[in-house]
Amino acid sequence: MNLTTILFYALAILTGACAVAVVVSQNIVRAAAWLLFALAGTAGTFFLLNADFVGATQLLVYVGGTLVLVVFGVMLTAQGPFIKMRIGAADWAIAAFVGLLLYAVLAVSLLQINVAGAKPGPMSNSENIGQALLGVRETVPQTEITGVPTHDAPRSAVYRTRMSYLLPFEIVSVHLLVVLIGAAYLARAKRRRGGAS
Amino acid sequence: MSEIGLTHYLLLGAVLFVCGAVCMATKRNAIGILMGVELVLNGSTINFVAFAHFNETFEMEGQVFALFVIVLAAAEAAVALAIVLNFYNNHASVDVDTAEELKG
Repeated sequence: MNLTTILFYALAILTGACAVAVVVSQNIVRAAAWLLFALAGTAGTFFLLNADFVGATQLLVYVGGTLVLVVFGVMLTAQGPFIKMRIGAADWAIAAFVGLLLYAVLAVSLLQINVAGAKPGPMSNSENIGQALLGVRETVPQTEITGVPTHDAPRSAVYRTRMSYLLPFEIVSVHLLVVLIGAAYLARAKRRRGGAS
Repeated sequence: MSEIGLTHYLLLGAVLFVCGAVCMATKRNAIGILMGVELVLNGSTINFVAFAHFNETFEMEGQVFALFVIVLAAAEAAVALAIVLNFYNNHASVDVDTAEELKG
């Protein structure tokens, strides 16, 4: 039992228990609070996986942004009888049965994957991720490069551009702009139409 | 087995996925359904980052796609909450069972 094992089990129990609590919680405000802890536990798991930048982004965007949005939605819509949505015991039994069945299928198929060759790779930092997003990934050539003039530069400085994420990055940027405009348009203030139907 | 491997992280991701799926199926509150979607996306992100950590070939791809998932989940939450607020303005309820105007 080293430190990584202890930390993994602590974070896994935190994340899994909070995710289950989100499902079984009848109060929507408490479900939002449990979701906060589940997302924070996921961020801790990312830190444990040496993905510092993804973990920090998870904390900033999810815990700091998305969850605040969800809590605002809960507070704006949770009034009176709508704060609790009761479902029957039979529905709970069916849901628990289907959920356990689905998890059993997933676990059995996961345990059959041969991951014997999987071992932790080198740690990557945010600089590598930024270069991957820009499409400028510096990789030292594995073999002798032919057809490229290398007399004016050392061999290790020859860049080989691999898979670039510049186009998805731009698409995500435009997508965020469209989403901002669409959300502002959808949620704009206007008069209520003729009461509840 | 005390050594933490890829399978442990994949099992954790599966826990989040199943919780999210059951949450989407059982909640009648629209925001509760949105929470289920967030849980499912978090499970997929754990899988991406775990494969990035344990497989050198995907060391960058997994993290980049995890970032894309996080950003797109934020955008999805913004649009979904705008729709839910608009629905609440019209119906004074967020119960998805009352959204039956398009029923054939």
